[in-house]
Amino acid sequence: MRKLVLLALMALSVLGPLVAARAHAEPLATESELEKHVTAIAQNLRCLVCQNQTIADSNAALAIDLKNQIREKLGQGMSDDQIVDYMVERYGDFVLYRPPVKATTLALWFGPAAILLLGLFMLFRYLARRRQEQPADVPLSEAERERARALLGMADEESR
Amino acid sequence: MNRYLPLGIFAVIAVFLGIGLFLDPREVPSPLIDKPAPAFSLPQLHEPAKTISRDDMKGKVWLLNVWASWCVACREEHPVLVEFARTKTVPIIGLNYKDERQDGLRWLAQFGDPYLLSAYDNDGRTGIDFGVYGVPETFVIDKNGVIRYKRIGVVTPAILREQILPLVRQLNGNA
Repeated sequence: MRKLVLLALMALSVLGPLVAARAHAEPLATESELEKHVTAIAQNLRCLVCQNQTIADSNAALAIDLKNQIREKLGQGMSDDQIVDYMVERYGDFVLYRPPVKATTLALWFGPAAILLLGLFMLFRYLARRRQEQPADVPLSEAERERARALLGMADEESR
Repeated sequence: MNRYLPLGIFAVIAVFLGIGLFLDPREVPSPLIDKPAPAFSLPQLHEPAKTISRDDMKGKVWLLNVWASWCVACREEHPVLVEFARTKTVPIIGLNYKDERQDGLRWLAQFGDPYLLSAYDNDGRTGIDFGVYGVPETFVIDKNGVIRYKRIGVVTPAILREQILPLVRQLNGNA
């Protein structure tokens, strides 16, 4: 009997925090599907008032208005793409956190990769040239060998 | 030649960063330039019973100036517009953006009213259609209702003289 009580207490102590954690997460879970959808779209749109924040993150009046617009458009049955297009029509590509690939944004999209390739190319060319400039392995002449031996021998004696 | 390579790279980077310093990140090119102005129909600020719409201005070159009583930069701009309105060069329509009617009216009474009339955009929806994000903003709209120019921020006498006026003259002359 006592064992059983102990077991029940242990189970409670293990499960207790889990229950508490669930209770904590509740407010997020109650966020409706619609709100999640609004946030998902808003996270890809730049707030023009505070330019390094998304509309989802920003509390600027304009960001709140735009979130309301998104909510309303979703209610009207517009698709995500249509809503994003609606924003781009008014505020330009700048509202997109992921700018589209087109002629004016080629440097933005591929510039870093191009610079990396250029850097690698220059590095390899430099290494290849250095390898060429290095003298081939020529065996030491007898005189050189003698001199090396003398120097090494001196070092040996000094270290003793 | 290789000795000067780091210097060359530094110079290129310095030039690009230098250009970056003089760009204004707030100046975002508007996609609305050379597009028809968004249709709107709003109550007037002074006479709520009457409306003003885009098509009321058809056949005229006009300015749309977005302002609000809560907008500090608008106070800086306002004397320039009041002065300009006296010349009667071009009708200026105000868009009173996300403001309370009483506040807007008091503001005009206090600082002068350069506008032919003001549209009252309480919920800011027309503002969103015009891509407004930094009040004050000023649009030049041609006789066909097409937006030809947009200024985000304060209209200074220099901008008025060098950009807006020549454009208005050209638009009035050609059509």
